[in-house]
Amino acid sequence: MSPAEETAVRDQVRSAWYLSAPALAVLTLAAVGPLLIVLVYSFLTPGTHGNIEWIFSLEGWRGVLFEYDIFDDTLKLADGNLTIFWRSVKLSFVTTVLTFIVGFPTAWFIATRPTKARAAWLFLITIPFWTNLLIRTFAINQIIRNEGVLNTLLLKAGVISTPIQLTYTDTALLIGMVYVYLPLMVLPLFATIDRFDMRLLEAGYDLYASRWQVLRRVILPIIKPGIIAGSILVFIPCLGAYVTPRILGGGKNMMIGNFIELQFGQGKNWPLGAALSVALLVIVTIALLVYVRTISGERKNG
Amino acid sequence: MARRRDFAVNDLPGATLISMLVFIGLYAPILVLIVYSFNAGDSVAKWQGWSLDWYRTAWANDEVKAATWVSLVVATGAAVLSTALATMAALGTTRRPAFRGQTFIYVMINQPLMVPEIVTAVALLLVTAAIKKATGYSGLGYLIVAHAAFCIPFAYLPIRARLEGMDLTLETAASDLYASRWQTFRRVTLPLLMPGILAGAMLAFVTSLDDVVITEFIKSPGQDTLPTYMLGQLRRAMKPDVNAISTLLLALTLVLLSAFFLLTRNRK
Repeated sequence: MSPAEETAVRDQVRSAWYLSAPALAVLTLAAVGPLLIVLVYSFLTPGTHGNIEWIFSLEGWRGVLFEYDIFDDTLKLADGNLTIFWRSVKLSFVTTVLTFIVGFPTAWFIATRPTKARAAWLFLITIPFWTNLLIRTFAINQIIRNEGVLNTLLLKAGVISTPIQLTYTDTALLIGMVYVYLPLMVLPLFATIDRFDMRLLEAGYDLYASRWQVLRRVILPIIKPGIIAGSILVFIPCLGAYVTPRILGGGKNMMIGNFIELQFGQGKNWPLGAALSVALLVIVTIALLVYVRTISGERKNG
Repeated sequence: MARRRDFAVNDLPGATLISMLVFIGLYAPILVLIVYSFNAGDSVAKWQGWSLDWYRTAWANDEVKAATWVSLVVATGAAVLSTALATMAALGTTRRPAFRGQTFIYVMINQPLMVPEIVTAVALLLVTAAIKKATGYSGLGYLIVAHAAFCIPFAYLPIRARLEGMDLTLETAASDLYASRWQTFRRVTLPLLMPGILAGAMLAFVTSLDDVVITEFIKSPGQDTLPTYMLGQLRRAMKPDVNAISTLLLALTLVLLSAFFLLTRNRK
């Protein structure tokens, strides 16, 4: 490279940073930087009326896993906290599986429509994706609650004699989460199926594969990146869900998100809330790293 | 001999049935919500004829009016700020040779998409509580900056996509004709980029308008947006005026989304 070219390249790199700097500044101020402060707060002492005292303490972190026995003051595992963590992971996992089971046929259906119709179907999936999550949770709540449309219809039809109690159960939470997060599964699945070469199916059938074999040995392996992307996109917001469990789970069936909020509200234990937030972030980061590794592994093999 | 080619290869049994059920399942609850916002009675379950009563009730409510105003101010502020920042960042990260640190910029920009909202909300609560205490300022600035931050990735994506579809020939032609850098940007790049910028601004606006969690954590008293107002109403009995507000918000989102699709359509 001639010196002139080198200067030109250096200029371009410098202007790239200058142009990106304001966005990076706002993101540091209002997104990345505050996360570091959460980490710091998780090692402080709770103040009497919420907030914190600037005294180093590991109590917040101890509170994530352990609690003192009220009777003999010994340390034991905090069953309540662990139950909430375990419930959140379990519900998020089941939601992910359910969204895949109904999302895959839907994505397949959209991807196999003629071009024009495909855009319309895709738009129909995209609208809920951009629609207020709170409104959609309200909407599903009005369907499944005791005096809701579903129970009213079933009662009228004489199928049931008393309303089915769904609200404030895990089932309601699952229905709600599948409902609100389904588009996040369908969209990436559609993107991979859309690129899928349908001639491979003919090849499979020509070689006497059954439908099941074609699905399992041809389709699923090829659309794996879409499955993983969709699963991550559903799993992560589920794990941190706050609005849906608050509305459909009531106060009893909490998930991590609500439990964290509790520490900043009635609980008045900011360090514990901060420690729980960091713990949640760690779980999410692990999930993301698994995703990135699987995807880059796919690229190398493919 | 009859040829047995009566089944489409790409046909999966049951896919059509399941996807029809999915589409009905996705839209039926929203339609029910919309229909019941026009219900004459005060029940969210029993139908008592058409009326606009709940829209009148909502409109007569000063809290709703205040929340609408806060929502619009915050969403507009956040959309303008995040779109301006995202446009600059997109100009800085496309159409130039790869450089060290580019991945870092991408990760930073997309960070709000990867961190659970509740964690960001908690983090912002800690920071704003400290700043409020230190400075005494408790205006809408916190909400606007916080919203702008998580709107940046949404504004950035369509702008970057648009830029990647534009080659540098027109800009080169402009500078060959002795246009200054600023003139080239103002007269060539910006007009070509405009559909991307508008699309980005719309996504940012919708994203800000939809936010519940972050707003709920950092708002000062009296700074309810429409979503946090509706969430607060849940503690009391569900009333159909929430349906009326929801329907109006849905209509606004739908208008903005349709505009977005019109703007990004027809791109080769």
